[in-house]
Amino acid sequence: MSIRERMSGNEAVAYAIRQVNPDVMAAFPITPSTEIPQMVSTFIANGDIDTEFIPVESEHSSMSATMGACAAGARAITATSSCGLAFMWEVLYVAASDRLPVVMAVVNRALTGPININCDHSDSMGARDSGWLQIYAETNQEAYDNYIQSFRIAEHPDVKLPMMVCQDGFITSHAVMNIELIEDEKVKSFVGSYEPENYLLNPEMPMAIGPYANSPFYMETKMNQRIAMKNAKKVILDVAKEFEKISGRSYGLFEEYHMEDAEYVIVIMGSAAGTTKDAVDELRAKGVKAGMIKVRVFRPFPGEELAAALKDAKAIAIMDRAESFSGMGGPLGSELKAALMDAGCKATVVNNFYGIGGRDYTVEDAEAIYNDLMEFEAGTKPFKQFRYIGLRK
Amino acid sequence: MAYNFREVMSKPERLAPGHRMCAGCGGTIAARMVLRALKPGDKAVIGNATGCMEVSTFMYPYTAWEDSYMHNAFENAGATLSGIETAYHALKKKGKLDETYKFITFGGDGGTYDIGFQSLSGAMERNHDLVYVCYDNGAYMNTGIQRSSATPMFADTTTTPVGKVSNGKMQNRKDLAQIIADHDVPYVAQTTLLTTMKDLYEKAEKAIYTPGAAFLNVMAPCPRGWRYDASDIMEICKLAVETCYWPLFEVVDGQWILTYEPKKKLPIEDFLRTQGRFKHLFKPENEGLLEQYQAEVDRRWEDLLFRCSK
Amino acid sequence: MSKATDVTKINEKSPYYDITPGNQIYGGGGARKFTTGEWRTETPVVDWDKCTQCLLCTPCCPDSSIPVKDGKREDFDYDHCKGCGICAKVCPFKAITMKEGI
Repeated sequence: MSIRERMSGNEAVAYAIRQVNPDVMAAFPITPSTEIPQMVSTFIANGDIDTEFIPVESEHSSMSATMGACAAGARAITATSSCGLAFMWEVLYVAASDRLPVVMAVVNRALTGPININCDHSDSMGARDSGWLQIYAETNQEAYDNYIQSFRIAEHPDVKLPMMVCQDGFITSHAVMNIELIEDEKVKSFVGSYEPENYLLNPEMPMAIGPYANSPFYMETKMNQRIAMKNAKKVILDVAKEFEKISGRSYGLFEEYHMEDAEYVIVIMGSAAGTTKDAVDELRAKGVKAGMIKVRVFRPFPGEELAAALKDAKAIAIMDRAESFSGMGGPLGSELKAALMDAGCKATVVNNFYGIGGRDYTVEDAEAIYNDLMEFEAGTKPFKQFRYIGLRK
Repeated sequence: MAYNFREVMSKPERLAPGHRMCAGCGGTIAARMVLRALKPGDKAVIGNATGCMEVSTFMYPYTAWEDSYMHNAFENAGATLSGIETAYHALKKKGKLDETYKFITFGGDGGTYDIGFQSLSGAMERNHDLVYVCYDNGAYMNTGIQRSSATPMFADTTTTPVGKVSNGKMQNRKDLAQIIADHDVPYVAQTTLLTTMKDLYEKAEKAIYTPGAAFLNVMAPCPRGWRYDASDIMEICKLAVETCYWPLFEVVDGQWILTYEPKKKLPIEDFLRTQGRFKHLFKPENEGLLEQYQAEVDRRWEDLLFRCSK
Repeated sequence: MSKATDVTKINEKSPYYDITPGNQIYGGGGARKFTTGEWRTETPVVDWDKCTQCLLCTPCCPDSSIPVKDGKREDFDYDHCKGCGICAKVCPFKAITMKEGI
């Protein structure tokens, strides 16, 4: 029997960490992810788990120590947000290139400039090209479920890549919601123990990692990472199927909400999907064929699958919670539009920025976006491709 | 136990040839000797900050290290080894590992004194059971002899070039061994390459087998950066010690111990004259600079004697 | 059971699928298979009549190219010696001389 509880997203991830009992965690506090290492430290202090905690002096060191521990043969984790993730930027690439399956809980927060502790996706989106798997949660339930699945995905022999398990800062990480937890023993047997074939502390066979590998080898190394990233799609779906057996909850690369005959679609990530679903319900009640897609897996990017799911849409609004300052679209917008173009999509497509730095995104905002899609498509309102939602004018 | 040179040199070689360090490199001489201090039955994981040693000893697919080895980046050798050492304890605790492992990381002065200083400080403060070995050649040699905080005063480097109105680096070198000793770690020592390497070996052995964090600062001359004939390295190291430019000492549980006191302290010119990077100091008009240099060496030496209660 | 990487099979012509995942290499000391002897411009030569087996040359070699066996040094590893000349300079018995060329 699953356990019904009420807890925040941070509590849910910490609860999952307790169940997984990883070998090593290295972390440095940063709002809003600080609670995760705090709670883990308390579990350790009370003897609930025997994880070794390294209280490092920075996030650069938390990632470096996590990588060292993972290469040494340990299941190693960390957690961070915002500038902490940015400070790790250099070594994120090394972790992916070294093929170290470390798992990092990312509690999304705006990057500084100016300093802002609230949610947007600029931190993890900034790291989207680092070679890490990225998975995003709408709710604390999904943060918990994704976290438990992440080890099986990252450590899979066909993948062996590091993974960011993202949830929205404060909105998900601190808001207390109902949650269904899985029993400890079920989680333990689902996740299993980490038994790498090769590792630094293998007494039978020394290992060297992190070479100087110049142009004759670098491109081939990147190709191998690309293949692993593509392999991850199937692994993510396979792991989700198995997870459904112990949880009753099913997951894909993305979630479709009223997409069966949808003509007007919002594509979004993270907690704002919930708000958007409310708008879809209201519009559906009025007879509008509104639908929504919530992208769960951003790396690898399910471009072909998304394009297939959107093939009958008349108008699409892609929602980015991070600027990329191209003067054009955001990360999700740019990549999804490229995939739609490849699929020969003829729909009207806009790319909106919303929730930047924690700006509210309401059901009314979502409804207005659907209304605009209908008007753009009908030609009754001048088309505007890029917009900031909720910007004061 | 008395130092048995013949026995030490008969131990298996843990740094294989075939690496691409320059002919005459002091860094690999130091690394070979540090590794020799490991008990043959003990296993080790070697860390390495980015630098000459790293790009030369693990050029894909060839590793010169007989032991497990990890390079991560330039500034994080301390943190990376912290993680490896912690994983060792975790796996031991879980009964997944029986063997004894030791943890040694190498970094040049760039990766240690400067860009990796925070990571080193953190690893020392947390007192991981590891040894951080700085092979100090007093400049960023891998990128082409730029000054570091370990570069000695008046050295000619590519970012402190001697010119019409410049006499090289204007600042004194940072005393990193002292700074690490102030972290109150169990063992800190300073040494260099001397005849039978007894001093280096014994300090490495203490550093490796003292529980907790240890730091070794090894002066390791660079023929290219210092501009001397590669074959002169041992003479230069000896002069560094006899002039008290590079004193030999250890700090054991906070106690400062002078491990060598020259019978007759030689003038600093004897050390400086061996290297092209100090050539300008021997122009007649720069006599004052030499005096200034001597005064600084004397001041630091007196300070060290005081710390060592001499 | 993990297997040592055969580094002789990885070279600048290897296709991507032969490049080890994460550029990880299993087994130590593979660099021995890479020769650096051709870097030399001068070559150390031992006069075995003068050599007293004091071993003072052995720790000073940056290239681990003076093998010691049963407490005695053997001839140079000319596949790897780069000819820096440190050994010749430290020999108290002038038993090592540097000859021009490889």
